[in-house]
Amino acid sequence: MSATTPTAKTSAPAARRAGPAAWLQAAPLGLVFLLFFIVPLVLILAVSFWDATEYELIPAFTPKNYIAIFEGCGQFGDLCVTLKTYVSTLKFCFLAWIFTLGIGFTVAYFLAFHVRTVAMQTVLFLLCTIPFWTSNVIRMISWIPLLGRNGLVNDMLISLRLVSQPQEWLLFSSFSVVLAFIHLFTIFMIVPIFNSMMRIDRALLEAALDAGATPWQTLWNVIVPLSRTGIIIGSIFVITIVMGDFVTIGVMGGQQIASVGKIIQVQTSYLQFPLAAANAVILLAMVLMIIWALTRLVDIRKEL
Amino acid sequence: MQPSRQSELELIKLTKRYGNTTAVDAIDLRIPSGSYCCLLGPSGCGKTSTLRMIAGHEDVSDGDILLGSRNITVLPAAARGTAMMFQSYALFPHLTAQENVAFSLKMRGVPKAERLKRAHDLLERVAMGSYAQRKPAELSGGQQQRVALARALITEPSVLLLDEPLSALDPFLRIRMRAELKRWQLELGFTFVHVTHSQEEAMALADQVVVMNGGRIEQVATPHELFNAPASEFVARFMGGHNVVKRNDQTIAIRADRMQLLRTPGQSSHALNATVRGIEYQGTYVLVSLDAEANASDDLSVMLQEAEFFNAPFEVGTSVQVAWSATDAHQLPA
Repeated sequence: MSATTPTAKTSAPAARRAGPAAWLQAAPLGLVFLLFFIVPLVLILAVSFWDATEYELIPAFTPKNYIAIFEGCGQFGDLCVTLKTYVSTLKFCFLAWIFTLGIGFTVAYFLAFHVRTVAMQTVLFLLCTIPFWTSNVIRMISWIPLLGRNGLVNDMLISLRLVSQPQEWLLFSSFSVVLAFIHLFTIFMIVPIFNSMMRIDRALLEAALDAGATPWQTLWNVIVPLSRTGIIIGSIFVITIVMGDFVTIGVMGGQQIASVGKIIQVQTSYLQFPLAAANAVILLAMVLMIIWALTRLVDIRKEL
Repeated sequence: MQPSRQSELELIKLTKRYGNTTAVDAIDLRIPSGSYCCLLGPSGCGKTSTLRMIAGHEDVSDGDILLGSRNITVLPAAARGTAMMFQSYALFPHLTAQENVAFSLKMRGVPKAERLKRAHDLLERVAMGSYAQRKPAELSGGQQQRVALARALITEPSVLLLDEPLSALDPFLRIRMRAELKRWQLELGFTFVHVTHSQEEAMALADQVVVMNGGRIEQVATPHELFNAPASEFVARFMGGHNVVKRNDQTIAIRADRMQLLRTPGQSSHALNATVRGIEYQGTYVLVSLDAEANASDDLSVMLQEAEFFNAPFEVGTSVQVAWSATDAHQLPA
């Protein structure tokens, strides 16, 4: 939904100026958007209000799916399954976001400001994309020999006598899930932040130096605010991916950790489409709210 | 901001090397306190490197920089008592004009209310008070220059360094802001060091013009001296408005407006035969360019008063004699 708003905004004044030709030019992309974005979204929204039994879907308009999702919430002073899952997913999302942002910003900063030649920048940048030469799942699975009970890390820890027995928390745990998220998604932070940083006029850094700013002050008062767009775009990438993720949490969590994406996937596999659709709508609303809050948050920082 | 502030700037054997190339070659220069100094030269002559070394944005390879009684050669940029105005002003695009001006106070931890007030006072001073809340992108080039000036002034520098400050402006605005720079310098009374490649700009602004070429200083002089007594062929050619003529193993420079065009050759030895190549009307004068006979110089140009020219216009292709009086010939070192 967020993607349709800018298109609508930009095409409207253009149409006033250019007439049918502009519409025609915008039509192919508009059609793609309509077919692959708006129609599925509307369908999901519609299906989320349908009724279903064990063996059939009944077109209807009932809030029963939404009620079912939040059933039992707030009744026993304890969190219901849905809320617990959301809290857990949000926790993963927050950890993945913080770490990918920290690492991504640092790497982007290094590439943009410390690597002098464009050739070297390109080489190092390509290096960052090497993990993408293999599939997501392979990259996750390759952690197993490293972190497993008899994996490299445990062997090393034992041989260094740091621990007496293999550490269980290394694999199929929250730790390994967050680790995999960071591994997989940091590049989504690096690229947009690097992009923003490359657009910063280098004279601004000298101006900051001239004004007596320390390197940290320059970083905080000039580079961070001017990388804002990149930070927001990167954050949107990471947050949307992690919020909807079920594969990484499944593989790295040993199928033991719940997530919102996982719930939707399970419900879909049991053909409970209306319930899954309702969950998807809630998740979408949630993610949009986070993104909205995020853009606010970054705005507020500037006023301090 | 007292005019009495110690702001004499002295460069001693100042050198900048990048690998094997020497950008600035052991230059000595004294810029008197409270003067407007222009570093003038073609691109790559070392003028910008010199300015950046004074500012502390470039390491000095060799030599010293003295400001007043202090040696500032190795001091950090902000501790030198210099302030820099950048080529395209380098205003922080995410901050308002007022925040831009207050930036260095913020870095020093001056409380918000105080720094914003001082920034506002300075903006008032450069007649930008009503634009305090605008972002740089919402300001015109001239307004940006004023904000940049206010930002430079807030540190109360004793030397203001300007790196081609007018090059980002369109020609009309350039002339207006040029006048403004001069006015501010007179009002503030401290040393301005201004880098430019425009001799017109240097002539209009400077008390002292430093012409540089190939990392060395060709001449240090007032604009008047520079124009009437160029120290070298390079200076004469770079300043423009001169004809460089080689005669009898001597090189002389004659101002283009001190030359006469004669239809009938005279007997003077201070004359050359030439053919009119082109005529450009310039308003107050007409610029006649000529091909000299006998390769005495590559080309000549003569400025004739508008009235003088139109009394008896020349045509392209006419053979003429270009003459000058001996007193107008300025001898250049060979």
